Amino acid sequence: MSGLLLLIPAALLLGLIGLAAFLWSLRSGQFEDLDGAAERILHDDDDDENGKSDAEALRRPR
Amino acid sequence: MSDTALQAPGGLADAAAQSSDSGEAVFADYVGTGPDGSASIHLLVEGAHCGGCVRRIEKALNAEDDVLDARMNLSTRRLVVHWRGEPARAGALAATVARLGFTVVPFDPDAAIDSHERHGRDLLRAMAVAGFAAANVMLLSVAVWSGDVQDMDPVTRDLFHWISALIALPAIAYAGRPFFRSAVAALAGRSINMDVPISLAILLAAGMSLVQTVNGAPHAYFDSAVTLLFFLLVGRFLDHRAKGHVRRAAERLLALSREPATVIGEDGRHHNLAASRVRPGMRLFVAAGQRVPADGTIAEGRSALDNSLLTGETLPVEAGPGTAVLAGALNCGGPLTLTATATGDNTVLADIVRLVEAAEQRRSRYVALADRLAAIYAPAVHGLAAGTFLGWLVLGGAAWQDALLAAIAVLIVTCPCALALAVPAVQVVASGRLMKAGVLLKSATALERLAEVDTVVFDKTGTLTRGRPELTGAETIAPDDLVLAAGIAAASRHPLARALARALPDVTPASGVTEQPGMGLSWTSPEGEVRLGSRTWCGITTLDSDDAMELWLRRADGSALRFTFRDRPREDAAAIVAALLHRGLAVEMLSGDRVEAARAVAGELGIQNWRAGQSPSDKAARLAELAAKGHRVLMVGDGLNDAPALAGAHVSLSPTSAADISQNAADAVFQGALLAPVVDSLLVARQARRLVRQNFALSLAYNAITVPLAVAGLVTPLIAAIAMSSSSLVVVGNALRLALLRRTS
Repeated sequence: MSGLLLLIPAALLLGLIGLAAFLWSLRSGQFEDLDGAAERILHDDDDDENGKSDAEALRRPR
Repeated sequence: MSDTALQAPGGLADAAAQSSDSGEAVFADYVGTGPDGSASIHLLVEGAHCGGCVRRIEKALNAEDDVLDARMNLSTRRLVVHWRGEPARAGALAATVARLGFTVVPFDPDAAIDSHERHGRDLLRAMAVAGFAAANVMLLSVAVWSGDVQDMDPVTRDLFHWISALIALPAIAYAGRPFFRSAVAALAGRSINMDVPISLAILLAAGMSLVQTVNGAPHAYFDSAVTLLFFLLVGRFLDHRAKGHVRRAAERLLALSREPATVIGEDGRHHNLAASRVRPGMRLFVAAGQRVPADGTIAEGRSALDNSLLTGETLPVEAGPGTAVLAGALNCGGPLTLTATATGDNTVLADIVRLVEAAEQRRSRYVALADRLAAIYAPAVHGLAAGTFLGWLVLGGAAWQDALLAAIAVLIVTCPCALALAVPAVQVVASGRLMKAGVLLKSATALERLAEVDTVVFDKTGTLTRGRPELTGAETIAPDDLVLAAGIAAASRHPLARALARALPDVTPASGVTEQPGMGLSWTSPEGEVRLGSRTWCGITTLDSDDAMELWLRRADGSALRFTFRDRPREDAAAIVAALLHRGLAVEMLSGDRVEAARAVAGELGIQNWRAGQSPSDKAARLAELAAKGHRVLMVGDGLNDAPALAGAHVSLSPTSAADISQNAADAVFQGALLAPVVDSLLVARQARRLVRQNFALSLAYNAITVPLAVAGLVTPLIAAIAMSSSSLVVVGNALRLALLRRTS
């Protein structure tokens, strides 16, 4: 019984972490352009000439 | 991207390059300001299809010093640019993209990020919550079920039920909203839809389980309620994604009609104006390579106009002062000045758009198989549950709680979980398989309608044929003449000249070629003037028996030579027509081209039924006639003139080389130089229909077994959960078979 009191909250916590991670990725726009993301990985230059990276563009509020 | 349909994107580049204050004002109106003082604009980019395009656009913009960042979304074709400085820069930045060969249109993000997208995000969030709850409640339920066998302590069982309730109830309240909302809306409208029994089952199951938990009873249905919700949300989300494609297509149609016109003011200055704001009497400037923005008559200039998207004619028509021109025609000669006669809503282009809209409205009344089934299923489920409740209460003499429990069990096991998954699952697998074959489905019900087709109607130019003239008999012409002619031809945008230049891609273009629009080209060689162009331009008076498309070359010594061209059928066109006929489908060809041209192609491909000289409304009328006779017609076409027919057909296909408006009107778009996708999509659609029916049969079979058990009050939570999950898995597994089925060529 005492094992359960530890295991159930642990299972719930792990599940909640997964859920929170998904909701965060949804909110930060990672699911908005699935086609584009698939193509972008093929480009090896992460930084443009004047140093604007993809990550920077993602962070900008829109 | 084809060069027949989309030479157009240069249009805005030209316009923007010569833009004046008012031209940039069009873009500046859409500029927003960020919290950090930077300016931003949202643009819709037409013509970008791959990661490479995205890269080029972003690179070009990021190379500008004041640009903070530029990011393009390939799924929605939207581009967001942030920069430091004046809003007036917007026009110049848009021109940067336009110079790369893309058409850009500004749009208002607040209007565009509409309820559809928000709904999609809501569904995904609800799905995540339901998925989390389903997994965790199931974890506890499995323990309870095995505890039933191994004498679980009732206190532990109650604890598990309470934890399940704590997870399930908030999750249901949150994730069930899409169904509850729709059910309430349906009930408010005094009708009933599939969401009513779904909502009832979920709410009753959750409510009853709570009562059971409070009373410390052995059975609770929390697991069934949340897994049901999760599976249903999966189906709903898949369905929603399919519909998103259709919406985006419509959005781009709007963008196409917004390409601006260049107006010549009274002071002689050029400025851009939205095509819808052009008024009759205004003077318009149409650069070479631009589309005519409004119907009008030519005031100055000579040129050749490519009407192929409007009428299906392969050859450009010569035009000079006084000639009436139609909106949507492509100017492939010299610059023209027009006097507008009809504009915006009155143009032929607008007429076509209206025909398309009217036809689409008719077609949107098509009711999907799942919905037709739901109309019967929902009342039957309610009746059965009510009957069970009354039966146990009145005839069986049971306590009302037990009677209600049996009725809820009926609702749960009959809940259209497998039904709601049966169609979306097959659709997703089928569209994935078609995608691999180069066919992009745009309409959610297109597969079902494709499966019903008994007649296939083709357009000629650009559909059965390649849609661009090609040089014939090159081997009979002396290489020197070919090189000479191709070198001169490289200077012109005329389709025949381009065909000639394409035939010899390595030839160096001659310098100093002058073009007499509508007549031909002339080049001064060391030996004297060489001319390439029409029969009269080269001074030929004799007549040839055939009337193939032709160009004449007059050498410096005055001797002349004839080049003939023809629009070749696609490589596999004859085989595809034969394959369709072999499968018992009727094949017909409707062309806007001349009778001779149509007859030649129909004869070559073995098409018995064909009509030539068809206007857009003729084509639509012919399809209506076929439909009235009870035929289910698949229309395959690419031209602007096919758009009403595409929208009016039972189902329609369009090559990616088609005019944007036609791609928008069609249910599916196919890529590549071959027609094979037409047959592929018919076959996949038929297999998909078979699988959908099997899936329906499977889920009904499950019901046939579990419903009597439920009515008899024998369904425990374990049975309900197993029946529901396994029927869902069987249905999804059956759908996946479509991907494995051998591809029949």
